[in-house]
Amino acid sequence: MKQTQSCADSLQQARLARYSPGSIKTSARYLWPLAALMLLLAVNLVLDASFFQLSFQDGRLYGSLIDILNRSAPVALLAIGMSLVIATGGIDLSVGAVMAIAGAVCANLLLQTELPLVLVIAAGLATGIAAGLINGILVSYLKIQPIVATLLLMVAGRGVAQLINQGQIVTFQRPDFAWLGTGSWLGLPLPIWLVIGMFALSQLLLRRTALGLFIEAVGCNATASRYLGINDKAIKLFVYAFAGFCAALAGMISAADIQGSDANNAGLWLELDAILAVVIGGAVLSGGRFSLLLSVIGVLIIQSLSTTIIVSGLPAKFNLLIKALVVLLVLLLQSDKFRRQLSSWLRLRPQGAEL
Amino acid sequence: MMSVRYLPLWITAALLCLLFGIGGWQFDGFASLAVVSNLFSDNAFLLIVALGMTLVIISGGIDLSVGAVIALSGVAVSLLISQYQWHPLLAFALILPVAALFGALMGVLIHVYKLQPFIVTLAGMFLARGLATTLSEESVAIDHSFYDAIAEFGFVLPGGGWVGASTMIFIVLLLLVIVLMHYSRFGTYVYALGGNSQSAELMGVPVARTTIAIYVLSSVLAALAGIVFTFYTFSGYALAGVGMELDAIAAVVIGGTLLTGGSGFVIGTVLGVLLMGVIQTYIIFDGSLSSWWTKIVIGLLLFGFIVLQKVLSRRTALTTAAGGTAHG
Repeated sequence: MKQTQSCADSLQQARLARYSPGSIKTSARYLWPLAALMLLLAVNLVLDASFFQLSFQDGRLYGSLIDILNRSAPVALLAIGMSLVIATGGIDLSVGAVMAIAGAVCANLLLQTELPLVLVIAAGLATGIAAGLINGILVSYLKIQPIVATLLLMVAGRGVAQLINQGQIVTFQRPDFAWLGTGSWLGLPLPIWLVIGMFALSQLLLRRTALGLFIEAVGCNATASRYLGINDKAIKLFVYAFAGFCAALAGMISAADIQGSDANNAGLWLELDAILAVVIGGAVLSGGRFSLLLSVIGVLIIQSLSTTIIVSGLPAKFNLLIKALVVLLVLLLQSDKFRRQLSSWLRLRPQGAEL
Repeated sequence: MMSVRYLPLWITAALLCLLFGIGGWQFDGFASLAVVSNLFSDNAFLLIVALGMTLVIISGGIDLSVGAVIALSGVAVSLLISQYQWHPLLAFALILPVAALFGALMGVLIHVYKLQPFIVTLAGMFLARGLATTLSEESVAIDHSFYDAIAEFGFVLPGGGWVGASTMIFIVLLLLVIVLMHYSRFGTYVYALGGNSQSAELMGVPVARTTIAIYVLSSVLAALAGIVFTFYTFSGYALAGVGMELDAIAAVVIGGTLLTGGSGFVIGTVLGVLLMGVIQTYIIFDGSLSSWWTKIVIGLLLFGFIVLQKVLSRRTALTTAAGGTAHG
């Protein structure tokens, strides 16, 4: 009798464990990354009382917060594109190399001073889209695993960028292009505006149409979505081209920032930061639901962490170590099993519904 | 008839011979034992890392942390030798178990907490690189009589070739890994895991033990590669081996191992590394080609091999589906 009771109990528990996190998840999804970001910012405030201070000089806002936003702009753009790719169950390792190619294309075109700026920017973006389309064709039509397909361009792409630059660091003197990276508008640095614009546009495109839903459907089950009449190949092609577009924009910002194109170092390893940001934002690498907002929050978490380490006065060499530990902690917190273990260790309510 | 299974292997070998032949025909001194032995000694660390990567990829996983582990083991060993006056062998004896522990930790995260290998080993990469920079931001030089002895250890081949300690270490490790993968129960488990981890578990493969052992092996081999790298450079540097995980993965793919897991050969990876090495040697001998062509050519090669694998796997699937007449 007692045994059946405990049996029913455990069944009840299993049911709760199975269903209750699901029902809570929608709000909890936003809760944890936001809480982590708030915690980081609070730590900064304790370390440095003037952390939240903003000053207004020369028609532009200055302050640590603006600095964090400005510095995270390239990775934020990458993360917006990466969110969609990851939502389809893919991954794009090539975005760093695409940044370098787009930067190289723009820098070399800018040397021809008679070309109008619009044309240069269009060429840079077109390069990004073309690179993304190559990835997309490999993944969707040749059915190559995303990690390998994009590894190709990651390896070869940096070579192509060096080829365009002929192994040199190409510098240019064009204040109008440099404005993309260093200028400001309505008090905010331009990179922040570009992120806001890209975010708003994508959000409109994805959530005001059925496109976002289609992407999630393909990520959950590509075969099933094909039977529903979704052209899964076209969707995949679109997300890689979109990621390429975002990467090109990020590449132009960083090229404009240093007024030159360095094929070896532009966007180096930023693809990993972008993937990390998307995962910290709670996305699963096997595909499915995505949230652009959470991905951007993930980027801000990574950037605030670096700023915190600098503000705290720790030597910069601890930067990577602390980042690794925080990332591991965030990853563990996302594992159902770890949360269950944690709650039983902490003797929380046995239902484990808290987490 | 030649099995389709071995075709990628034969193609890699043929390409290797072809490029070597073209080089030998074009340049004096290209087709010599000196160039061949240099291929091995210059790439010994990459070869050793790629052995571990083959294991991981056959099991269906991936290990992005190896480049950082090379740096970490190099820096740790150099610090122990130059700052704390340890004997190098003692330093090696300390770093290998530490690397094993590091690999075990990643294995546990992957198996027990069901986190994806890509993201776990990415965090492992940051962790190892972070530990290495924390230990020392500058390059640490090694000045020890043992290292001088290692550098002189070896024998001369006819024609000016030189087989040094690094090459010998690699050959021993290669034989060990071949036996482990192709002639032991553990190897069967690894292939089974890569084929289908659920079926493997149902058939009684100890999935937990095997998964953890795979990442332990990969990290230990990477640490060994880091040690061999210090033989090569006489120093340890926290930024050494950046991107080497990608070279290793590329070599594994060029060597005919499926990135989805379950199929591949250890010797194929060796051919893959050598092919990449020959491309580099060719570009150096030519002198007029710029170094970025290496990257572009390797990218194109990767593409060719992946398409080849696609075609092959589709053909095998078709013949099997066509009525099971594909015996022998």
